Amino acid sequence: MKVVVLGATKGMGRSLARLFAERGDQLFILGRDAEDIDRSARDLEIRGAPAPVGCAVCDLEDRHTFAPALEAAEKALGGLETVVVTAGRFATQEAMEEDPELAASVLTADFTGTVLFCEEARRRLLARGGGTLCAFSSVAGDRGRKPVVLYGAAKAGLSHYLEGIDHKFRAAGLKTVCIKPGFVKTGMTAGLKPPPFAGEPDQVARAVLRAIDRGRPVIYTPGIWRWVMLIIRNLPRAVMRRIGF
Amino acid sequence: MTGWGRYPAVTGLEVQGEDIRRTTAGATLCRGLGRSYGDSSLIPADDSTSRRFAACTTRADRLLAFDETTGMLRAEAGLSLLEINRLFLRRGWFVPVSPGTQFVTLGGMVASDVHGKNHHIDGSFGEHVDQITLQTADGRVIVCSDQQEPELFRATIGGMGLTGHILEVQFPMRAIPSPWIFEESRRIDNLGDMVDGLKEAADRWPMTVGWVDTLARGRHLGRGILMKGRWATPDEAPAKPPPTKRRLRVPFQLPNFVLSKLSIKAFNTLYYWKHIRREKRGIAAPESFFYPLDALLDWNLIYGSRGFTQYQCVVPHTADNGPARRVLDLFRREGGCSFLCVIKDCGAEGKGMLSFLKPGMSIAVDFPIHPTRTPALVDKLNELVIAEGGRIYLTKDAFTRAEHFRAMELRLEAFNAVRQRWDPQGTLRSAQSVRMLGDTP
Ligand SMILES: Cc1cc2nc3c(=O)[nH]c(=O)nc-3n(C[C@H](O)[C@H](O)[C@H](O)COP(=O)(O)OP(=O)(O)OC[C@H]3O[C@@H](n4cnc5c(N)ncnc54)[C@H](O)[C@@H]3O)c2cc1C
Ligand SMILES: NC(=O)c1ccc[n+]([C@@H]2O[C@H](COP(=O)([O-])OP(=O)(O)OC[C@H]3O[C@@H](n4cnc5c(N)ncnc54)[C@H](OP(=O)(O)O)[C@@H]3O)[C@@H](O)[C@H]2O)c1
Repeated sequence: MKVVVLGATKGMGRSLARLFAERGDQLFILGRDAEDIDRSARDLEIRGAPAPVGCAVCDLEDRHTFAPALEAAEKALGGLETVVVTAGRFATQEAMEEDPELAASVLTADFTGTVLFCEEARRRLLARGGGTLCAFSSVAGDRGRKPVVLYGAAKAGLSHYLEGIDHKFRAAGLKTVCIKPGFVKTGMTAGLKPPPFAGEPDQVARAVLRAIDRGRPVIYTPGIWRWVMLIIRNLPRAVMRRIGF
Repeated sequence: MTGWGRYPAVTGLEVQGEDIRRTTAGATLCRGLGRSYGDSSLIPADDSTSRRFAACTTRADRLLAFDETTGMLRAEAGLSLLEINRLFLRRGWFVPVSPGTQFVTLGGMVASDVHGKNHHIDGSFGEHVDQITLQTADGRVIVCSDQQEPELFRATIGGMGLTGHILEVQFPMRAIPSPWIFEESRRIDNLGDMVDGLKEAADRWPMTVGWVDTLARGRHLGRGILMKGRWATPDEAPAKPPPTKRRLRVPFQLPNFVLSKLSIKAFNTLYYWKHIRREKRGIAAPESFFYPLDALLDWNLIYGSRGFTQYQCVVPHTADNGPARRVLDLFRREGGCSFLCVIKDCGAEGKGMLSFLKPGMSIAVDFPIHPTRTPALVDKLNELVIAEGGRIYLTKDAFTRAEHFRAMELRLEAFNAVRQRWDPQGTLRSAQSVRMLGDTP
């Protein structure tokens, strides 16, 4: 498989890229720090990805980087089959309420940036007859909740977009895979207290790989979050206003 | 925060991150997988006004370069030995020196200058390290080796994280003929035979170790099992690489009475007589040969809420095995009883300024902590070890007094001078360095 990953330097993206590497998939990775993505590329080569693992700079907050980055990937891989976006940003609701600059950059990266990156990838995949586009949304996008109003709004928009293109383009050969992680112990959640069903990045990555291989349109991971969110989506507003979750 | 012995415990901030340089910048101390037993990987207790924190490196685990012809590997310091083994055993490579658990990081292996069953020929891990990338207290990134900043290099090997934060480690992996071990073990009746057995095996076996029943006394003192091993040749080894075994986990902290003198005695006697045939030999998986304890995750919970410690010392070798005999005898007489007691003949002293081992016999005993009896026992053992001209292993220690450590560690002054040069403000320190090296709390 020829795979492009945006976000392979850290967290779930790092774990997932390593799984691709260990089974010998051809990789190209994108990220915002040239030196750092180069180090990750070496790691993936030693773990089994065919060398060289190429890389190109791509920043979700700068949409002008998307086309050149994907162009470089397509050229180096001699085609495109799977594009994965695990990259994303998080900030607490309090921090974003206080700092509109921060809110703007998180909203831009997680919604506008991610959607426009996916649009660029979609066009290129469709031009080659299809493929798989996988992006990381979040359970936070499933319901407006007090601790994640702004972040959740961006992820809700992203989930909607991913559902829409799946409806529109699956027949043309483009499989869209929307990943909705629950709480996962990564750098993103480092300052937060882990809830009971917190997942590990390696465990999530294995579930994501299965979902990509099978072209599943949506998965919750760890799996239990599907049931947690089913309950939360059905709680009455009166309850949602009262609880802190 | 605690070490593997779950004593002492310190409350303090611990940060983690993939970016090792950023994560460790400004940290008081680095820690890896926390497999040191006592307070080596703990920051000094905090009064919460200071902004001190420990940097945990386990997420900084990228492989950065591997040369298929020479085996030279460079990786970030948080990479675990577990992961190295998972990736490299089946490709025919193994680390030059491995400790008795694979739940350690490269940074921890350098900082403790760990040793393994091959110490009598290969020395400790630091002997094989080619180059270290270090972030010093002032935030500079220094590459050190035998050629570049050799003093800092030698102080960092075995330096318990006190010279700087290890960011990257480069060392050659070793080609192995197969991913299996050929093992031979022998039941031994007493200390003299054990030491003779280790010495005799040293010429013919690259890896040896002895297990001793600490409750046996008199003419049975030092009875146990002698284990010897080497990598199996391709025609001895099974065709398939060893399977990954499922590990069991101790689900919760067991009550303190579970590990009593009685149950420890029963275990030791059973273990001894399980080896009913005097000699066994055969093919074994590296996991069971090198890391028998790793089969049970969180086994430190067996000791209950009181926690436990390990006392490991090295004492010189004499024709009558006097020093080793006196250590074992004192331990037993003082009421010590150990779940595990490991004895090993040691090779040359390493290049690390505070590296633990030197020629002689290393003895390690594990025991549950008793608030008054344990410090007293360690004091007595240390007094004996000083008299015998031996020393203790910092990475296992939680009770040694500063004055005892100074008496057994004549290299301390040279080490302190290097620290003074690279960290004049004394920023880098651990709960252990406050306790034993006189650092400010
Ligand atoms: C079951 C068991 C068996 C063992 N067997 C052996 C054995 O056979 N031989 C042996 O030698 N040891 C043995 N040990 C001890 C173990 O190998 C050492 O304590 C090792 O240092 C632990 O590595 P760690 O990554 O857990 O480090 P930690 O315990 O987290 O830290 C240990 C020390 O290393 C320092 N350190 C860690 N990472 C860095 C870094 N990046 N930069 C600077 N300093 C750092 C810490 O400050 C601390 O002083 C054993 C331990 C256990 C639990
Ligand atoms: N962790 C959770 O509990 C959780 C829960 C639900 C959803 N999610 C979502 O899952 C995804 C992965 O999360 P994670 O926890 O693995 O995150 P992480 O460990 O913080 O990693 C985030 C990754 O995104 C990259 N990134 C951030 N901003 C970027 C930008 N502007 N341009 C390009 N790359 C950027 C980072 O690259 P750098 O190396 O350059 O920093 C890093 O590789 C995210 O979309 C997140 O929102 C996470």
